[in-house]
Amino acid sequence: MNAFWRALSKNRLALGGGAVVLTLAVMAVAAPLVAPHDPHKPDTKRILEAPSSRHWLGTDQVGRDVLSRMLYGARVSLAVGFVSVGIATAIGIALGSAAGYHGGTVDAAVMRLVDLMLVFPRFFLLLAVLAFLTPSIWTIMSVIGLTGWMGVARLVRAEFLALKEREFVIWSQSVGASAVRIIWRHILPNAMAPVLVAMTLGIPAAILTESGLSFLGLGVRPPHATWGNILNDGKEVIELAWWLSVYPGVAILLTVLSYNLLGEGIRDALDPRLRQSVGRFGGRGR
Amino acid sequence: MFAIPLLLGITFISFMVIHLAPGDPVEIISGEGIPIDLKPLQDFYKLYGLDQPLHVQYWNWLKRIVRLDFGQSFAPHGRPVIHMIRERLPVTLALNVIEMLIMVALSVPVGVTSATRQYSTFDKSTTVFVFVGFATPDFWLAVMLQILLGVHLGWLPISGLRLPVWEYLPFWQQQWDFLSHLILPITVATFGGLAGYSRYMRQSMLEVIRQDYVQSARAKGLPESVVIGKHALRNAMLPIVTVLGLSVPGLIGGSVIIETIFALPGMGQLMVQAVFERDYPVIMGNLVIVASLTLFANLVADLSYGLIDPRIRVGRRGRA
Repeated sequence: MNAFWRALSKNRLALGGGAVVLTLAVMAVAAPLVAPHDPHKPDTKRILEAPSSRHWLGTDQVGRDVLSRMLYGARVSLAVGFVSVGIATAIGIALGSAAGYHGGTVDAAVMRLVDLMLVFPRFFLLLAVLAFLTPSIWTIMSVIGLTGWMGVARLVRAEFLALKEREFVIWSQSVGASAVRIIWRHILPNAMAPVLVAMTLGIPAAILTESGLSFLGLGVRPPHATWGNILNDGKEVIELAWWLSVYPGVAILLTVLSYNLLGEGIRDALDPRLRQSVGRFGGRGR
Repeated sequence: MFAIPLLLGITFISFMVIHLAPGDPVEIISGEGIPIDLKPLQDFYKLYGLDQPLHVQYWNWLKRIVRLDFGQSFAPHGRPVIHMIRERLPVTLALNVIEMLIMVALSVPVGVTSATRQYSTFDKSTTVFVFVGFATPDFWLAVMLQILLGVHLGWLPISGLRLPVWEYLPFWQQQWDFLSHLILPITVATFGGLAGYSRYMRQSMLEVIRQDYVQSARAKGLPESVVIGKHALRNAMLPIVTVLGLSVPGLIGGSVIIETIFALPGMGQLMVQAVFERDYPVIMGNLVIVASLTLFANLVADLSYGLIDPRIRVGRRGRA
């Protein structure tokens, strides 16, 4: 573990990314305290005001403060990122460990399901599901999670295939430990490194997906402010109010960039060999 | 042959997605809260076979889609879904093929140069580009470019495939008009993928040029251009072909956003419209076609693997 921190602390880009990630998380949690205005309160006297000392990032069509809306939007983006990646990881670990540990028919069935799910372009699948659901933050989170577990399942399976032949596993089996116990207590902790990296890289992908959906008007619905929503509102008035279209985009870019830098830093610090297995493809969440 | 169970699986998932989702299509079309025992509604259920058990519905649907009959759109025009798809498929296909060609054409030289001049200024600046490119939301980039190049500078058209007066333009202007409509969407679509491919190409090349046979090619006295361009490149390309195959669903998925923003009449735009109108025959048809397309692209990637690398004979190779 010490070697891990030493390697990570030498990687300045990863540290920078980590700092942004941390700041963002704090700001999102503390949004009600740090936001200068009420993000939902319209002010008809101050419609589409350019950035000023009163409204640092300007106001939108109904006079709401863009900075405050973006701070609240960070909450939604981060929540969607964390929860959907949590769901995807849980499914991926469950299916991947079952496939890798038991092998045979279970393995074949799970891997065919993975192949099958990967054949669907994710955005099409997401849209098809969303067409029939009542939109809310929760549906978005679950749908992104339910369509994003395949990478984790593959990773976990590969780790399990390698680990289950090792002495400590065979020893546990020989003293009669149950499959669930061996998977949970013995193999999984040793297989978590790539999963952790995949999670860190999965969060920005989920954030991009959510903001893309919200931008299309099919994601998180108003009155919730999200970065994608603000951009969606902003594109109608982009000629009058550039600030509505520029700042949320920059926020998404910086967030995704920081998570990617941090994720890659963690990966290299944990084990440079992981470069092979935990690539960045699929990192864009389409 | 492995494609057939996967094709069946595609239809199964598409069917389940629509039918397991809460929310009844009839209720969605008619508006919620209308009592379901109304005679016209029951006729509607009968018409679409929605009164039958799920497995019967699936079987009937399957029998129809084998003949590419995806039913009729719920929209007032009520056109057969397959006609709508046939109109739009070429646009999406053309866009994606052009994108792929451009990405390969640009990322291979960029990746090779970065690898052969590791840590040079060129290598460092492409690394920055890779990270930024990867983090840029494509929909945002699209809007920014539309405003900058389209509206403020007026250099490029920002939506559609042709000018309304296209028919009356002279031949060369027609070609330029068509091309100019494609520049922005293709630039945006290739931006993120280009970053990924260049990175992969660099990585792959770095691994290959350390190997013994590259050294022995140099030792034979071959010029560096032949060593890199012929001996190393061929092997370095192998992982790229896999990555190309894997990135197909991402590219096609990306066309949802690109086509919507630039008003291009392709599958992605059709899907978004269908979702807003809850036009579920169109949604199901779209899903099946797009997934089958990806499956086909993966097959092509598998086959071309054997072409680049004669060591791999497709028949012998199991699916990874």
